[in-house]
Amino acid sequence: MSSSVSARSLRKQFGETRALDDVSFDVEAGELFGFIGPDGGGKTTLFRILVTLMTPDSGQAHVLGLDVVRDLWALRRRVGYMPGRFSLYPDLSVDENLRFFASVFGTTPEREHEHIAPIYDQIAPFRERRAAALSGGMKQKLALCCALVHRPEILFLDEPTTGIDAVSRRELWDLLGRLREQGMTVVVSTPYMDEANRCDRVALIQSGRVIALDTPAAVAASLGHPLFAVRASARHAALNALRSFPHVHSVLPFGDVHHVTDVRRDVPVDVIAGELRRYLADAGFADAEVAPTAPTVEDVFIERMGSPYE
Amino acid sequence: MNRAIEANELTRRFGAFTAVDRISFDVRQGEVFGFLGANGAGKTTAIRMLTGLLTPSGGSARVAGHDVYTEGEKIKRSIGYMSQRFSLYEDLSPRENIRLYGGIYDLTAPEIRERTAAMLSRLGLESVGSRPVRELPVGWRQKLAFSVALLHRPSIVFLDEPTSGVDPVTRRQFWELIYEAAARGTSVLVTTHYMDEAEYCDRLSIMVAGRIAALGAPAELKQQHGTSSIDDLFVRLARPAVSEQPSRLAPPAQDKGESKGPA
Repeated sequence: MSSSVSARSLRKQFGETRALDDVSFDVEAGELFGFIGPDGGGKTTLFRILVTLMTPDSGQAHVLGLDVVRDLWALRRRVGYMPGRFSLYPDLSVDENLRFFASVFGTTPEREHEHIAPIYDQIAPFRERRAAALSGGMKQKLALCCALVHRPEILFLDEPTTGIDAVSRRELWDLLGRLREQGMTVVVSTPYMDEANRCDRVALIQSGRVIALDTPAAVAASLGHPLFAVRASARHAALNALRSFPHVHSVLPFGDVHHVTDVRRDVPVDVIAGELRRYLADAGFADAEVAPTAPTVEDVFIERMGSPYE
Repeated sequence: MNRAIEANELTRRFGAFTAVDRISFDVRQGEVFGFLGANGAGKTTAIRMLTGLLTPSGGSARVAGHDVYTEGEKIKRSIGYMSQRFSLYEDLSPRENIRLYGGIYDLTAPEIRERTAAMLSRLGLESVGSRPVRELPVGWRQKLAFSVALLHRPSIVFLDEPTSGVDPVTRRQFWELIYEAAARGTSVLVTTHYMDEAEYCDRLSIMVAGRIAALGAPAELKQQHGTSSIDDLFVRLARPAVSEQPSRLAPPAQDKGESKGPA
């Protein structure tokens, strides 16, 4: 069996909230697979089911070929899980936390030194420090060490980069990339759409449903509308003006430009770009620049998610 | 000219550790100012001084015209504050939250009534105005929290990671609320880990190891440093401090979770 994770029609409901609504997917062995979506999308519920901490209302999931409900005890030894909330012991030191988590699995940090070293070496200078006194990025590295100390065959990380700064985020993704190179299957969730590009494949998840699943490049390319980047110095005014462009489908700020999609799929992009330029010039935005641009995963997420509160 | 914030050589030490090291910047009326920095760079300490919660060790600062050393109480009444962690009372409904904050800020009953109606209508929340906030989607809560932070019409509002974990559409709707508030003359100081949002600011600062390492309009900064995005600039400036000076970590419980609400 080459799938490391296989989920079929998973459902989970809390009161009236459908946390997971018919979720199916496969993660191949050795893949770095990302679930991308905002808070409340169902990512944490899904991860808890996959690591045997919660049972689905219906549907099946297999991890490493084992049923997440029936085979939970066999599975728990073989998966690593880093929860979204910091779950180490704040009053224990770095080394004490690591020793504790190793001992739960009948091993010691010394015996596991070789395979945790690339990450452990980065936190070793603070081995005596209480976990509570670490910075956000360092806490995440310690949590990753603790999740890896029993040599799991697959690693689940629930929002490891939430709330940490852009530098620590890049470092953490570098570490995950290295684990993948060593053959580990890594399943990770994140609310940051730009992090999709660090994954082999991604599933976009919103309101308990998978709304897209493919490689990041293929997801981005699936937008289905011509897309333009518009730059204007009067940024907020230009945003409002663009909303009244006759053929507009959507207008959204994207960093230092606005992304504009057009409802017409059969008109050449150069023609639409020309119309947008004229429209903005007539509206008084003399310095506006318009250029066709490649869609991102975030463009597709927004297109597919529809109105968030229906 | 009115300045919502004027900070000059503002400094805060904790024992031998200098969390904020002589930072100078100002925020103009109606300006959206991005206050960026790595975890542990000193942002939260700086914000606590500027919101009257922590006395500086040195330097000077005025917020909404009030001195941070002697007029902390006046500052608290003149500013709005919202964070991802602390925003609204979840057991109370939107209407009850608005009434509570209106009372705290000494608004009259007619003012509270009128502003409640206007706010719920602007946000499209009339239908859920009496349901516990806990039951609202995160994005709605954050937009409501922002509006509540503006209820007493402060001259400046501090937003600490207001869009963390929020979906990409709501994040943008949130920024439209920010622009609207700025257009009415409210100054906005905002922190974020979303580097695309940094590009939406009129000006921004990047703190590294207690100091301001860059200050200016996003386009200016990218040009000066020859980077294509604020993300790249941020990483270039902050990486040495994050990776190589780990002993400069903020003291325990200093950088996270200690911020308090406006009350």
